[in-house]
Amino acid sequence: MISELSWIFFSTLLINNFTLAMFLGLCSFFGVTTKMDTGWRLGAANTFVLVMTAVAVWILNTFILAQAPYLRTIAFIVVIASLVQIVEMAIKKFLPVLFRELGIYLPLITTNCAILYLALTQTTRGYNLIEGIVYAIGGGLGLTLALILMASIRERLDVADVPAMARRMGLVLIIAACMSMAFMGFAGMGSTG
Amino acid sequence: MTAIGVEIAVDAPEPIVPGAPSPQPLWLDFWRGIADDNPVMIQMLGLCPTMAISNQLSNGLGMGAATLFVLVCSSLLISSLRKVIPNEVRLATYILIIATFVTISDLVMQAYFPLLSRTLGAFVPLIVVNCIILGRAEAFAGKVGVRRAVADAFGQGFGFMVALLIMCIVREVIGSGTFLGFQLFGPHYEPWVFMIMPPGGFLTMGLMFLTMGWWGERKKAKLAEVAK
Repeated sequence: MISELSWIFFSTLLINNFTLAMFLGLCSFFGVTTKMDTGWRLGAANTFVLVMTAVAVWILNTFILAQAPYLRTIAFIVVIASLVQIVEMAIKKFLPVLFRELGIYLPLITTNCAILYLALTQTTRGYNLIEGIVYAIGGGLGLTLALILMASIRERLDVADVPAMARRMGLVLIIAACMSMAFMGFAGMGSTG
Repeated sequence: MTAIGVEIAVDAPEPIVPGAPSPQPLWLDFWRGIADDNPVMIQMLGLCPTMAISNQLSNGLGMGAATLFVLVCSSLLISSLRKVIPNEVRLATYILIIATFVTISDLVMQAYFPLLSRTLGAFVPLIVVNCIILGRAEAFAGKVGVRRAVADAFGQGFGFMVALLIMCIVREVIGSGTFLGFQLFGPHYEPWVFMIMPPGGFLTMGLMFLTMGWWGERKKAKLAEVAK
């Protein structure tokens, strides 16, 4: 049981990293990773919503969607959107300081493809509640890791002399390619697992 | 340009909604999505599917067609319902409409193209959260008439497809030495497998942006020379 859970956790965190191996949540990955602070805050918010989604999806799958599997996509996106709305209102009420720090990124989590991907994959792989939560934590921490790494590289890039033609997005994508290549090294871990 | 714009405006009188895009001839609404306002290369939206499934040309064609279908249908519906949808819940309504069409295209693909549906996997239902579609609904379709919304949707859809197909062709030809599954370079070609793996997606996209940056800089330099 424990070994299975830890396998789910590490394979999602490193081998199938949501951002660098599965290409999920790239909008925020490229959009907000200019500063370290926003990077890890967004990562933490994403992880939180991912875990909440895992629980909600498990409830939906167990009690409701068995009768109407064709409504899956619609049900998931509606639940995710309302979940993000509830989390936003709760944070605004109980943790106003954090709410101000997160700002626009909180509502934007709805359209982060990582969340819907988690919901769909959890369903197709048939994870139970605990496996789903571990999967969500692994995915969220993987996202956070990628965001932090990218943000720290880009903070350093601010003072570097970048050629004009690479200034817009080109260099950032090449850096992402190198990071993704580095993360592919973890794929070797899978051979024994 | 203005003369044509005025003609069209007289032809189809539309009450101007606050924040609506300025009136333009229909073909310009269409063409803008492919060239000047390309969703992937200029607006940098929808990057996730563009990189994730572009390792084979057939994947790109399937994904491009599905996205085009969802984009056109949802723009059509949103634009025709724009006076009925209350402003406060418009985003939720848009997402519901988009999710409906995504479910349709997902089921159709599962029924008629099971192989394609299996290789694309979760990325077909993930069209729901493709920012291009919600972005067009919010910025365009919810504010203008049906004809313009559809022209714009076709333009953006084909623009997305063009970017996707460029990525697919580069990655498939280099990464597996094939074009739509046909061998190109004979049996002695050693494929550069890196290109069809995840880092290859980032690299191809990066090279595409570098090329465009180089092109833009060259244009700027030429303009500066002419100005002198």
